[in-house]
Amino acid sequence: MMQSRGVQIWVGLLVIAGMAALLMLAMKVSNIRVFSAENGYAVSANFENIGGLKVRSPVTMAGVVVGRVSEIGFDSEIYEAVVTMNIDPRYDNLPEDTSASIFTSGLLGEQYIGLEAGGAESYLHDGDRIQLTQSAIVLEKLIGQFLVSQADK
Amino acid sequence: MMDFLQRLGATALGVTERIGRGHLFLLYVLGGFPGLLPRFGLVIKQIYASGVLSLLIIAVSGLFVGMVLALQGYNTLVDFGATESLGVVVALSLVRELGPVVGALLFAGRAGSALTAEIGLMKATEQLSAMEMMAVNPLHRVVAPRLLGGIIAMPLLAAILSAVGIIGGYLVAVGLLGVDEGAFWSQMQAKVDLFDDVASGVIKSVVFGFVVTWIALFEGYDAVPTSEGVSRATTRTVVHASLAVLALNFILTALMFGDD
Amino acid sequence: MPEAWVRIRGLRYARGEQVIFEGVDMDIPRGRLTAIMGPSGTGKTTLLRLIGGQLHADAGTVEVAGENVAALRSKALYRLRKRMGMLFQNGALLTDLSVFDNVAFPLREHTRLPERMIRDLVLMKLHAVGLRGARELMPAQLSGGMARRVALARAIALDPQMVLFDEPFTGQDPISLGVLVSLLRSLTDALGLTSVVVSHDVQESLSIADYVYVISEGRVVEHGTPEALRQSTSPWVQQFLQGQSDGPVPFHYPAPDYRADLLADDRP
Ligand SMILES: Nc1ncnc2c1ncn2[C@@H]1O[C@H](COP(=O)(O)OP(=O)(O)OP(=O)(O)O)[C@@H](O)[C@H]1O
Ligand SMILES: [Mg+2]
Repeated sequence: MMQSRGVQIWVGLLVIAGMAALLMLAMKVSNIRVFSAENGYAVSANFENIGGLKVRSPVTMAGVVVGRVSEIGFDSEIYEAVVTMNIDPRYDNLPEDTSASIFTSGLLGEQYIGLEAGGAESYLHDGDRIQLTQSAIVLEKLIGQFLVSQADK
Repeated sequence: MMDFLQRLGATALGVTERIGRGHLFLLYVLGGFPGLLPRFGLVIKQIYASGVLSLLIIAVSGLFVGMVLALQGYNTLVDFGATESLGVVVALSLVRELGPVVGALLFAGRAGSALTAEIGLMKATEQLSAMEMMAVNPLHRVVAPRLLGGIIAMPLLAAILSAVGIIGGYLVAVGLLGVDEGAFWSQMQAKVDLFDDVASGVIKSVVFGFVVTWIALFEGYDAVPTSEGVSRATTRTVVHASLAVLALNFILTALMFGDD
Repeated sequence: MPEAWVRIRGLRYARGEQVIFEGVDMDIPRGRLTAIMGPSGTGKTTLLRLIGGQLHADAGTVEVAGENVAALRSKALYRLRKRMGMLFQNGALLTDLSVFDNVAFPLREHTRLPERMIRDLVLMKLHAVGLRGARELMPAQLSGGMARRVALARAIALDPQMVLFDEPFTGQDPISLGVLVSLLRSLTDALGLTSVVVSHDVQESLSIADYVYVISEGRVVEHGTPEALRQSTSPWVQQFLQGQSDGPVPFHYPAPDYRADLLADDRP
């Protein structure tokens, strides 16, 4: 088939540009999930109230994302939320007495789990449970308490 | 009254018949896909015609769409003190919706109308008949490479539109509005997901590329073989393809992002 | 008379209300040059399309090389068409390909010949129609007569057994006309090609044809060798051969009386 080189070169350029754009969307715009459910390890925690936490919300330590929420369940015996997190296997040395809190990024931002390391010698393993937890601060509750305390004065 | 009913019935029958013929047409064209592999040069020519020639309008549109998104998003977000989320707003709008949709609408106008006119004129000047008489199936030789070319070109164009748009948004947000550069990118990365957002945008654009090119080719092939017939078919391509893209976008969005 | 390559029996074909053929029988002999003549709009092009299998008869049969064209499945029809060339009335060149690529098109589609051989074959065919020098041109740059000659080169590119020529002589100057006439003649004689030439050009057709069919108003009016036709006493044939506007063959498309039409004041 006769075909001008110009056409082929231009199509090559288009494909390269398209691939570069996709690569940019993958690397710079989105977060390639470096670890997935298979190669991370699971840790669970009970919370009285998880607020607006969702599956895939980030789990951070010292502000660095170390994992993601993989499952949110409800324990109908103790009436608490059970949150399972998937932790990046690179961080396999989290102390056993690590505590988990639910924070909000900014006033109206998304909620995430913040981990704080304890001082224990042994580490958390797959399937372990974090004992020390602090529930989400629910804004409406806070405002309610504030109003009540104002009224008491 | 009876007159109206009769006309309604006739229209409905006509539309149904056309849709049926369109699907039959597609079936025959898809039958030509295996034969394209050893002759990929034909497809490359069509990627050039519909992809490369649409590149400029896609890139320029992407730049402006991204810049406007940043301006408008900033005005809304600044009231909540959340301007560092601007990157997220720009990127998600582009990657999930505007990249595929605006890209497909432009594609329908630029490449779709050209395809309809080309096929319609080939029919009017008996080129398709001549091929049939030379024992060459025009559906395989002429139409199939154009369909495959459109399916390949569209996702590339949509990705380019999104990427250029995000760069345009970045220029306005960081350069003009003084949003923190680090926050712009890091917030974006934290919230945009490769599979849920980027990949579903790509899937959308593949579907749109397929549907727009299909409609354009069928309109051309089905056109009344006169100048007037071809010009009507070209208009119909732009209208029908655009409507199809918007309606399909709603359906795909509901399917992909519905249960979240 | 050699056996018939194309055999048409009881052909009826209508477009909506308009009946174009009614009870047409025709035998086109193998290896000969058959001319089909008839007034404009009688359906000569339609007849060629029926032979090529692009249109299907409403009744009756069209057989080519012993096969009923209308009954063939698409694979078999395509196989038959590879042995058949057709020159369209307007050329119907592929506008996105150059003259060279147009003539090479059937070769590239149906053969696996190396590019060097294709080049030689294409140049030979183009040389035969006097357009070897025009190979780089695009169809839009050709005149009508040149385009038809390129289309002729394309129609014979695969060396088919039969070629249907729709008006090969219109738009040709006397020199190219002479060349084309002798080309058709020598293709038929040297290669044993079965040629069907549709033409208005009475003198040219009678001078080159082995056999002539005259059709008018959906019927075969007369057929025979050119000699027999010249001797024919049929007023139809004589009018057609001599080109008189008055006679049994109407020059006008069916219309109401001329005077009445002009006098009728139906303008808005
Ligand atoms: N696509 C069509 N739709 C409706 N009628 C048609 C169509 N094509 C041809 N006809 C009609 O069929 C008749 C025969 O047409 P055809 O083209 O076969 O004539 P022809 O003998 O080749 O004429 P000419 O010598 O002028 O080329 C004409 O009267 C024309 O009105
Ligand atoms: Mg004709």
